[in-house]
Amino acid sequence: MTSRRLATGGLIGRDETIKFTLGSTTYAGFAGDTVASAALANGIARVGDSIYLRRPRGVMTCGVEEPNAFVRVEGGYGESMLPATTLELADDLQMTWEDGIGTLDQSVDDAEYDHMHVHTDVAIVGAGPAGLSAARAAVATGVRVTLLEQDFALGGSLLGRPGEQVEGRPAHEWVQQVRAELEAAPNCRILLRTSVFGSYDNNYLVALEKRTGHLTTEGMSRQRVWHLIVGRVVLATGSFERSLIFAGNDRPGVMLASAAQAYLGRFGVLVGERVVVFTTNDSAYPVAADLAAVGATVTVLDARPSAGCQLPPAVDVRFGMVVVETLGDEVVTGVRIASADGSDVVPQELECDLLAVSGGWSPNVSLHSQRQGALRWDERLVGFVPTAPVARQALAGAVLGTSWTEGCLSEGAAAGADEVSPVHAGERADRAGATADLWLVPGPHGDLATHFVDPQRDNTAADVVRAVGAGMRSVEHVKRYTSISTGLDQGKIGGVLTIGLLTQLLSAPDMAAVPAGQPGQVVGDGAEDGEVNEGGRATNASMRPSPGALGTTTFRAPFTPVAFVALAGRSRGQLYDPARLTPSHGRQVELGARFEDVGQWKRAWYFARHGEDMDAAVARECRAARENVAYMDATTLGKIEVRGADAATFLNRIYTNAFAKLAVGKQRYGVMCRPDGMVFDDGVTFRLADDRFVMTTTTGGAARVLEWLEEWSQTEWPDLDVWFTSVTEQWTTIAVVGPRSRQVVAALAPDLDVSKEGFEFMAFRDTTLASGIPARIARVTFSGELAFEINVSGWYGQSLWDDVSAAGESLGITPYGTETMHVLRAEKAYPIVGQDTDGTVTPQDLGMSWVVSTKKEFVGKRSYERASHNATGRKQLVSLLPLDTTLRLPEGSQVIEQAAAPEGPLDGPARMPIPMIGHVTSSYHSQAIGRSFALALVKDGRDRVGQQAVASFGGRFVPVEIGDAVVYDKEGTRRDG
Amino acid sequence: MKQRDLPEHPEFLWHNPEPSSMYDVIIVGGGGHGLATAYYLAKNHGITRIAVLERGWLAGGNMARNTTIIRSNYLWDESAAMYEQSLKLWEGLEDELDYDIFFSQRGVMNLAHTLQDERDSVRRVEANRLNGIDAEWITPEQVKELCPIINIGQDIRYPVMGATYQPRAGIAKHDWVAWAYARRASDMGVDLIQNCEVTGFEMDHGRVTGVHTNRGTIHAGRVALAAAGHTSVLTEMAGFRVPIQSHPLQALVSELHDIIHPTVVMSNHVHVYVSQAHKGELVMGAGVDPYNGYGQRGSFHVIEQQMSAAVELFPAFSRAHLLRTWGGIVDVTLDASPIVGLTPVEGMYVNCGWGTGGFKAVPGAGTAFAHTIANNAPHPLNEPFALDRFETGALIDEHGAAAVAH
Repeated sequence: MTSRRLATGGLIGRDETIKFTLGSTTYAGFAGDTVASAALANGIARVGDSIYLRRPRGVMTCGVEEPNAFVRVEGGYGESMLPATTLELADDLQMTWEDGIGTLDQSVDDAEYDHMHVHTDVAIVGAGPAGLSAARAAVATGVRVTLLEQDFALGGSLLGRPGEQVEGRPAHEWVQQVRAELEAAPNCRILLRTSVFGSYDNNYLVALEKRTGHLTTEGMSRQRVWHLIVGRVVLATGSFERSLIFAGNDRPGVMLASAAQAYLGRFGVLVGERVVVFTTNDSAYPVAADLAAVGATVTVLDARPSAGCQLPPAVDVRFGMVVVETLGDEVVTGVRIASADGSDVVPQELECDLLAVSGGWSPNVSLHSQRQGALRWDERLVGFVPTAPVARQALAGAVLGTSWTEGCLSEGAAAGADEVSPVHAGERADRAGATADLWLVPGPHGDLATHFVDPQRDNTAADVVRAVGAGMRSVEHVKRYTSISTGLDQGKIGGVLTIGLLTQLLSAPDMAAVPAGQPGQVVGDGAEDGEVNEGGRATNASMRPSPGALGTTTFRAPFTPVAFVALAGRSRGQLYDPARLTPSHGRQVELGARFEDVGQWKRAWYFARHGEDMDAAVARECRAARENVAYMDATTLGKIEVRGADAATFLNRIYTNAFAKLAVGKQRYGVMCRPDGMVFDDGVTFRLADDRFVMTTTTGGAARVLEWLEEWSQTEWPDLDVWFTSVTEQWTTIAVVGPRSRQVVAALAPDLDVSKEGFEFMAFRDTTLASGIPARIARVTFSGELAFEINVSGWYGQSLWDDVSAAGESLGITPYGTETMHVLRAEKAYPIVGQDTDGTVTPQDLGMSWVVSTKKEFVGKRSYERASHNATGRKQLVSLLPLDTTLRLPEGSQVIEQAAAPEGPLDGPARMPIPMIGHVTSSYHSQAIGRSFALALVKDGRDRVGQQAVASFGGRFVPVEIGDAVVYDKEGTRRDG
Repeated sequence: MKQRDLPEHPEFLWHNPEPSSMYDVIIVGGGGHGLATAYYLAKNHGITRIAVLERGWLAGGNMARNTTIIRSNYLWDESAAMYEQSLKLWEGLEDELDYDIFFSQRGVMNLAHTLQDERDSVRRVEANRLNGIDAEWITPEQVKELCPIINIGQDIRYPVMGATYQPRAGIAKHDWVAWAYARRASDMGVDLIQNCEVTGFEMDHGRVTGVHTNRGTIHAGRVALAAAGHTSVLTEMAGFRVPIQSHPLQALVSELHDIIHPTVVMSNHVHVYVSQAHKGELVMGAGVDPYNGYGQRGSFHVIEQQMSAAVELFPAFSRAHLLRTWGGIVDVTLDASPIVGLTPVEGMYVNCGWGTGGFKAVPGAGTAFAHTIANNAPHPLNEPFALDRFETGALIDEHGAAAVAH
């Protein structure tokens, strides 16, 4: 191949030279070039070797379907496997060719990526003649229009034929005029370099916009993912030209005819001086004419007996001829040709430096099919075409098989204006002319080893033959047996070729066993073809199976590849699931808190003072809470306001215990279970008024509890008048805990009677603090100690934290974190849902039968009648006291019976399974009882209290005593101070 | 380079016969489970008059759509026994089936990102070890050593706090596993019948005697259902119900890259799991779509969230390209454990509800289900997974406790 840039012609900016590097050589191209066009302009024929067979390859296409020419771009953050045919040339691009396998850059990509969410009335995908016409028509109706084009230029197929007359002027002028009209319209947005790669239910399109070329530009996102909710979608996505399968059809110098035309018309690059065009249809004749017009010597080999169009001047046309083999070492230097019907037994040779091939056209139905739009095999167009658009979508242009520009314009205009297409199905085939369904040209050597079906995957017709011989009948099986269509082009090159080839290889009687495409796919032949199939079965055994009977493989998003990081968008680093911080977070940081992630929240874990380790800090915090006064930030607990006339009825059904008669001004602890009776969440609920409650949930469970309430309300009990609102962030809650907490609260809330008699346990009061902040103060405890929880508006959260610190300062009030909270509650055997429960634990298992009503109905109740809930062997919450009182068992340790313990430690998995009777859920050192202890779920644990068992962890086996779950103040003497 | 040197498939895989009118056993569903069951019935129990009826193409359901992870480190004894038996069979499968299925014991790690993750992880490791399963709790540094491309820095939103690690776990090439079973089954005389949809059952006094299909009525003394989420459609026709719900679960691949990811990493907390297949593509899965349905496609935002997690954990994946997404249909029971055993209909057996665990269970479940069919009684491995556990409440709840949804 002797490709070169012509002195004139093309749509490139010849006054703007762009330097780029491929491998170690620097080249020059022009603005408006792709890497492929610039490479061809510089005479580069070979673009890297094939992936497995390591055969030389050249640029084969001019678009997204390219199977051979891939580059890795270096500089900044490297990116691999970019098709040279779509990569816009930019200054100082440094690239290397790749052989089908990329290399990932292991540094951090610090470019920005973002997402945009928009609504639009009409979205038009593709800006060829049909799409531009559709945009113009849609804009004229006054609705909001978005035109999306994957290329960096408008025009689609017209870009390759800039001289064609469109509405009385050259195509490129027409495109510019439409562009100017659209840009002037206030209701039109044009997105160039934007590939619609996904089409989802309800006209939800997803598109990738490449914004800064390849490189990173300061202050601008490199790529943007558009999410479009669209009233009406117009698919003007065009079609792909097919290759032909013959020996050596992968040699550099073999190119799709339309690509050769586009390199000439758009980029001013003549890709060969002595050209053979091998075609099965009329579309290659204008290509031959264009090439001949700039001085190339052109021979057309047409597999058909005649053409349906006028023959171009100065072109040698031979009918009924095919290429049987390419010749040449590295690149094509000639072809061996023969008659199509096999009558000419002695092949002839023709010299050439370019072989342009056209095997027919396949409508680009990917986005249509992603929405389960149906296809049919059109025998005359020789391609899969949509049977009808999906709801609220229209199709226009070559995607329907409309091949002539005027037809595309009128069809596009109709689609844009939401009118019926004026083009009739028969007209499409009439205008396209006959296409020979030639799926394979036998080679002169009797083998099919270089008859490439999918050049990127290095799959040949021989592979397809082998698959059929192995018993493969479904296109999906052939795809998987061979790997055809699994490369970067996802079958854009090899998909239909394979299906066509299969029709030649499969004989009709076998067809009963041929499953069509994906399950449920509606792929059939046109009724006039007399071969319509249900479930892919041929009904006419005398005929060879048609591609329609075989069906296609499934079209899936993305239509073109998308970088992972673009999909991540801004949701990276600090913006990945952003941490939720409480209003007093900064104060806790100042106090040296270490934080743990609980749900999305950062919660203070413990407050280490100078020189303290975690154990020392927690021990000090525990003592402060039990012996003096301490405070913690309880803001993160979920809070849901429950309102409505039936709010009490609703809560009474959701919680296992009674809520119907909870008095206004009182709170109650409640447990909610799933229908299987297992604990789902817990928390305290306040009754503010007859029809108004505030429920608290676990920190991590807030969102799923809200969903749970909504689900029951909306799907099971829609008759109940009840509404839910998350108010978690509207409130800040500080717990003041310990025997001297009353003094602190009295100072904070001077108007409040905080005496034991005046403010009983589980009551709450609204009051105004000394600071003037309105507050709701509750008497409640999660430690067993006298405690108050002060709730204020979230806006005053930090102020409240400061006020509590100040009010308690003289008493030595101590901030504490979640670890201390866990120790204190564990000493009292208050469970943490999700830590002491795991979805298999009932309230009864936790020793909380008191919270399960026997009188009313509630979610989960029925399950307690099942056999397994009334048999022995249920795991129950107990304490474990290691005989070594200083040993803190790792949480997650397993519990086994003494008799089951091996003699010594294990340094690997047990040889025979050792039966387990439970596991440690929580484990701490207790200041209150002066030793280590753990909570555990143990089979029949309550019957084992007082017995010894063995805890197993890290291959060790240590003796423990099983005790009552509550290890401290079982009588509850400390609750009221 | 090994990555560019892949073995060929056997020259012959299976016959495509017309269905006979009568078989000893009909297996409805030609996925991994159906094919393995046919193979083990023939091999272990000498039953070869078997038809496997497949509505579409063989192994075209979840067998073609999963992310191929194989491991046995399940929490509960019953699950651990089933999956460990399966893993032991995996370890000899290439020899047994004489097929290079790319079984690769490259290890699987489940990352922990919170204190509760850590508790759950330790619990599972300790239980696994007592159950005789190789399992380790490893530190972030050990994670990095096993998988150098992972980011264990403290500066990310949910830093890696450690992981459970099962060295014997790994991956295999999903399609090829199914084909390996299909080939041997076909070879032993099993009829693999594609494009054959069951539309009803023939019954005689509460006993199944055959199936109606779009290719005619086919008689058999025993009918085994292995149709994943569509099992509920079948049992509805047979007059009983199975408590499964079907959800879309998406997976995706990138294009091929040089091999840089040597193991399998799963993170339930940030919802991503990823391995790099032999050819070099990154294979990833995400969370389940919450709604029910049989459509083999999911919601796009699930893919986006998964990508955020992926590039946080693996900066090197930033400019890997999404090449293809797809959806499978996971059939999930109330307790996220399968149903394998007898049914209220005499002569009818069921194997479904594997949720996200079906692929790895294929050899173990296949042997146990074949035993169940041959003996009209469950194998000890699947006895706990009986349908009646939803009445007794003897559930084997693998969702919460295992800290792994997959």
